[in-house]
Amino acid sequence: MTAKAATITSGKGGVGKTTATANLGVALASAGYRVVCIDGDIGLRNLDVVMGLENRIVYDLVDVIEGRCKLRQALIKDKRLADLYLIPAAQTRDKTAVSPQDMVKLVKDLRTDFDWVLIDSPAGIERGFRNAIAPADLVLIITNPEVSAVRDADRIIGLVEAEEKSPPKLIVNRVKPEMVKRGDMLSTVDILDVLAIDLIGVVPEDDAVTVATNQGSPAVLDARSRAGKAFRDIARRMNGEDVPFESLESKDGFFGRISRIVRPGGAS
Amino acid sequence: MNFLDRLRGDRRSATAAKERLQLVLIHDRADFPPGKLEALKDDLIATLSRHVDIDTKRVNISLTQDRHQQRLVADIPLAPPRARRKEIR
Repeated sequence: MTAKAATITSGKGGVGKTTATANLGVALASAGYRVVCIDGDIGLRNLDVVMGLENRIVYDLVDVIEGRCKLRQALIKDKRLADLYLIPAAQTRDKTAVSPQDMVKLVKDLRTDFDWVLIDSPAGIERGFRNAIAPADLVLIITNPEVSAVRDADRIIGLVEAEEKSPPKLIVNRVKPEMVKRGDMLSTVDILDVLAIDLIGVVPEDDAVTVATNQGSPAVLDARSRAGKAFRDIARRMNGEDVPFESLESKDGFFGRISRIVRPGGAS
Repeated sequence: MNFLDRLRGDRRSATAAKERLQLVLIHDRADFPPGKLEALKDDLIATLSRHVDIDTKRVNISLTQDRHQQRLVADIPLAPPRARRKEIR
């Protein structure tokens, strides 16, 4: 097994990086892949609570990097899925405790045992972001249909391209189809127009995500959640499947326009 | 936005969002903020005015982008002929 490493990043905070990482991890593991999620937000640990694993933490990312434990000891096994693991962030340290080279080495050590390494990037464009993208084979940029979030996504696209990574792919999160329909929210087509990158998923606003996060049980596990379905579709696209985009934003024409813009994303 | 909205001049907020986004990204990508553009405009007006009489109020300088090429576009109207003739006398 040689894992692919995917980093979920956004520039702006609060757009859904951690939620997306947890959901994609669960979706990939449910589909039979061996997955490890790494919380890259050192000092502001959160992926553990979103995945519902906060009570199982003994060692963290910095313990591994500084040699206080074996890599195996810092891997927290998921409660529900046999092939899903978490490496939590350290809570009492800061981003300078880890270097991009450390992350590259860590991910290299994980590659033989997993199919996917998912890295949850912190907000911002500083050291933590650099650490998170250093080992990435695939960068997923997540944004919301808001001017500020899309502007930050554009900045991230520039930085990822400067690192000579393969072109990042876009997740548009928290879309409210009704608002798009009446012209009061940027549509996915508008966002793609401005950013000129490939789309890998559109996730609708969904109360089930809040409920899921309250319970520490990602929305992907809820078969009725529309956001959960969107994340399952993204996971399939990450593995190179050509999954059609659901017509979230209007009954007429949206799918036609999207399908022309988008090439199937993911593993190559 | 439907035809009637457009006729009434009713701009939906998503249209405004997209336009603002496009403008801010042009400036971000060029690393050339609007304030600097204003300073350039003032310098340009001062320089041009030494050579030709221009209509300073209607000078328009903007950054545009098509694909990967960014350019400065300047539209510099000359002062109306009557005003110029007056000055010649």
